[in-house]
Amino acid sequence: MIKVSGLHKHFGANHVLKGIDLEVPQGAVYCIIGPSGSGKSTLLRCMNLLERPDKGHVFIDGKDITAAGHDVDLLRTEAGMVFQRFNLFPHMTVLGNVTLAPVKVRKIPKKDAEKQAYEVLRRVGLEEKALAYPRQLSGGQQQRVAIARALVMKPKLFLFDEPTSALDPELVGEVLDVMKDMAKEGATMVVVTHEMQFAGEVADEVVFMDEGAIVEMGPPGVMFSRPENPRTKAFLDRIL
Amino acid sequence: MNYSLLLQHYDLLLIGAELTVVMTVGSVTLGVILGTVLGLMRLSAYRPVRWLAGLYLQIFRGTPMLLQICFLYFALPQIFGPTIWSNPFLPDAALAGIVALGLNSGAYIAEIIRSGIQGVDVGQTEAARALGLSHFQTMELVVMPQAFRRVIPPLCNEFIVLLKDTSLVSAIGAKELMYQARAMGAKYYEYFVFMVGAAIVYFCLTFVLTRVSGYIERRLAVSD
Ligand SMILES: Nc1ncnc2c1ncn2[C@@H]1O[C@H](COP(=O)(O)OP(=O)(O)OP(=O)(O)O)[C@@H](O)[C@H]1O
Ligand SMILES: [Mg+2]
Repeated sequence: MIKVSGLHKHFGANHVLKGIDLEVPQGAVYCIIGPSGSGKSTLLRCMNLLERPDKGHVFIDGKDITAAGHDVDLLRTEAGMVFQRFNLFPHMTVLGNVTLAPVKVRKIPKKDAEKQAYEVLRRVGLEEKALAYPRQLSGGQQQRVAIARALVMKPKLFLFDEPTSALDPELVGEVLDVMKDMAKEGATMVVVTHEMQFAGEVADEVVFMDEGAIVEMGPPGVMFSRPENPRTKAFLDRIL
Repeated sequence: MNYSLLLQHYDLLLIGAELTVVMTVGSVTLGVILGTVLGLMRLSAYRPVRWLAGLYLQIFRGTPMLLQICFLYFALPQIFGPTIWSNPFLPDAALAGIVALGLNSGAYIAEIIRSGIQGVDVGQTEAARALGLSHFQTMELVVMPQAFRRVIPPLCNEFIVLLKDTSLVSAIGAKELMYQARAMGAKYYEYFVFMVGAAIVYFCLTFVLTRVSGYIERRLAVSD
């Protein structure tokens, strides 16, 4: 589904990604863990070209999206992204947030877009909030709207960057539940997270990143109980 | 001091005030359009574009407004011909004044627009781009509407500043409020009376503007 090969990224003199290779098959859920500053967000952002890699390639369904000559705006719709800080558009209603891209990017008639918006809002359990503004919602509800906003575009895969890190503990569950449902329904997901329980339950593979490189990856059972690399072990000891 | 002169000639002050208002509205309009373009240029990804806008700002903020007014009215016709300010709507000097004030305020409004846009959380742009919106759509649909709320209060302030600055255009003979007051003062040798009269009119105009902008700010605060 998505394949990253030989990816490098610098910010000035800061070498943030040092040759990342990763392949996520269709329908798989990959959780990326690792210390702060290890390049997790940067990797995710390279996967939908919010950040331009300096070297290496990203393939979605075999198509090299890092190659020149593509319509980058259109390519970004292949991957739906959910951010730590929700980033809902505060001047639009929930419905406006969810229909914006279908109408403006996919050029779907407004009526149809709204119908689809209500469908995805129902999936995240927020149909009745369609006409509310983001500031009238709790953090957990806002993040579920953000997920609906990504869902409605029917992307080939979903990128989550610490989707629950900005939430009060009691609101984390409702967001993770929505993500679990998505996983069950076969969505391809790459999730940067500190929620080890979620990773243990849902992930097919857990990827440990440190200092711009993938140190180790494997099924959660293996990674959490007997990691091979001492850095993985040290990290997991600290947070588990 | 003969205050009855004010009652006798208040119509001249009002005619002057009318031109003052026309010039203010004209130059604000020009300034907002120009300032928006310049403000966007300052944020351009292309260094020469940013540089060009920066140069403009330096020039117009680094020279006196009065000089700019005189330059447009006296110096430009020497290059482009004596009739460049002729027009069917306004006295030549008033038009030159509007353009000069508009060009000048454009430089200040550019900074208001720039900081208004920069004040919008970058996460907004990222979310919009991640959804597939183009750079232009992101600006139009996501960034600008949010920047708008932020720039309204400083723009109102600029409006008030410009209203007062139109008095400088009296230097090139535009018969606005300041000009009328001076002319009447000279005619009767009663400067005090007419200066007080003009001050009262200016004060009333800015007072109304302050109130209106306060109202708009409160409205924006409520809907936030
Ligand atoms: N836009 C940027 N400009 C300059 N440096 C950046 C930028 N974005 C990230 N970096 C740097 O790149 C490195 C990796 O950042 P990144 O956000 O990818 O880490 P992360 O693993 O997501 O960390 P966290 O867990 O704190 O979110 C950090 O050193 C960071 O300072
Ligand atoms: Mg991060």
